[in-house]
Amino acid sequence: MREPRSRHLAVLALAWVAAAAWLVPYAWMVLTSFKTLPEIVAHPTAPLPEHLNLGAYGEVFATLPVARYMGITVFMAGAIALLQIALALPAGYALAKLRFVGRGFAFGTVLACLLVPAQATFVPVFLLFARAHVVNTMTALILPFAASALGTFLVRQALVSVPDEMIEAARMDGAGEWTIVYRVLAPMLRPTLVSLFLVSFVFHYNDYFWPLVMTTDDHVRTLPLGVALLREQGTGVRWHIVMAGNVVLSLPVLALFALAQRHLVRAVSARS
Amino acid sequence: MLGPTLALLAVFFVLPIGVAGYESLFSWDLLTPPRYVGTANYEALAAHGDLLHVALRTLGYSVLVVAGTMTLGLGLALLLDRPGRLFAFVRASVFSAYVVSWVAVALLWMWMLDGNSGVVGSLARSLGAGPLSLLGDPRWALPTLAVVGVWKLTGYAMIVFLAGLQGVPRSLLEAAALDGAGPWARFRHVTLPLLAPTAAFVATTSLVTSFQAFDVVRIMTQGGPARATELFVYAIYEQIFLNLSVGRASALTVVFFVLLLAVASLQLRVWRGRSGTTR
Repeated sequence: MREPRSRHLAVLALAWVAAAAWLVPYAWMVLTSFKTLPEIVAHPTAPLPEHLNLGAYGEVFATLPVARYMGITVFMAGAIALLQIALALPAGYALAKLRFVGRGFAFGTVLACLLVPAQATFVPVFLLFARAHVVNTMTALILPFAASALGTFLVRQALVSVPDEMIEAARMDGAGEWTIVYRVLAPMLRPTLVSLFLVSFVFHYNDYFWPLVMTTDDHVRTLPLGVALLREQGTGVRWHIVMAGNVVLSLPVLALFALAQRHLVRAVSARS
Repeated sequence: MLGPTLALLAVFFVLPIGVAGYESLFSWDLLTPPRYVGTANYEALAAHGDLLHVALRTLGYSVLVVAGTMTLGLGLALLLDRPGRLFAFVRASVFSAYVVSWVAVALLWMWMLDGNSGVVGSLARSLGAGPLSLLGDPRWALPTLAVVGVWKLTGYAMIVFLAGLQGVPRSLLEAAALDGAGPWARFRHVTLPLLAPTAAFVATTSLVTSFQAFDVVRIMTQGGPARATELFVYAIYEQIFLNLSVGRASALTVVFFVLLLAVASLQLRVWRGRSGTTR
């Protein structure tokens, strides 16, 4: 079915409009970050900065301990993603391949937890953490997400199609259950695990909600919180600085997206 | 092997709902000892229709976002489901907004919509319109947040629709074309019915996502102006961290959870129907 030429041109034009609708705002963010405050006030619609001014970035690094916030954020997101995989593997294995009393109930619990977002649990969890004096610690940021209902579910689904004979064969060779999970099955699930890691990492790197409600000071502040603070503190709104902060925050994720686009896209559409 | 996972899920997902139910029966400001008040928290929240307004506002925002992302997402999926580098590039551009932090997206749009030197307002002024402050206008603030939500989430709908389109057999479309069906007829009678399960999936997942919207409110409007953008999760946040009212926050959490359950049961029904028809 070849398209007629006029229709092909219309399709191309629409595709460019779509690209512009998503790329122009990004471009505006980057261009603003190279401007100065007088430029922004005097010529709000001038697209290009007069000079490639890096002053806004200097301000960001002077106002925020960017390296520390970035380190905290990457550590938190990485730890959550790794813990989720480490725990989802044995849990998914048990649900898919082991027979025990209460398996149906356990699987039902995991499915039910899929439907409960952090936004519905933060009040009681905050009270719990306040009593345990762990608000403002890494524990408060990582522990609630260490077990992933989604991860457990995906591992379980992927393992159901692995033939039992393979696991039996490993057992005959003297492998223990933990060896089977981490040494035999994990390598077979590589694509699932890579997707799981990436989706989880990006989600928690970007997360604003949980770090906001679980921290009250600078101790374990994450980068999204820091960048949002750029707008809240200080006199007047200096948007070129805020946009520079935005660039610093978004660049790592966009780079990861460019490198691992296939995995992220597959992870999002595979859930359907 | 299930132990750690089940224990963590129980402590952080199951137990909290019970705790919220218990705490909602007390009046507590985190400083003085809690006092049992029965259902007074729920009554206070329901008074003057406040609770209803928050729920309806959240629903209104969600409906706008779901309708917008589904229409645009389907349109873009149909437009961009073509081979070639250009289309792959446009697909990636649209999807990238879904990958970037809500913080970055909210701040970017806040800047573009800024009343004084934002580019949208300045362009409108140079075209002769009066001063434009979409986020400062109680009538326009919520729809504006919904537009930002649509910009952020359309990529998600598009990707899922693109996956759905791969399940529409080419042979079927070619057969319809041979029978003289034009592009619209092919879309209406072949593609659309086959995409219905995908559409149901996108609709329910996006509904749940937008029902939990918080970041965009906290960053762009803090619930204002005149509470026009006070969505459910932001209302809970206000009760516990700004009003220091644990009881009211817990009561709101319970109501929020019940509403989520309602949406989720709708979701399950749709999914069941789907797996029954397509597999």
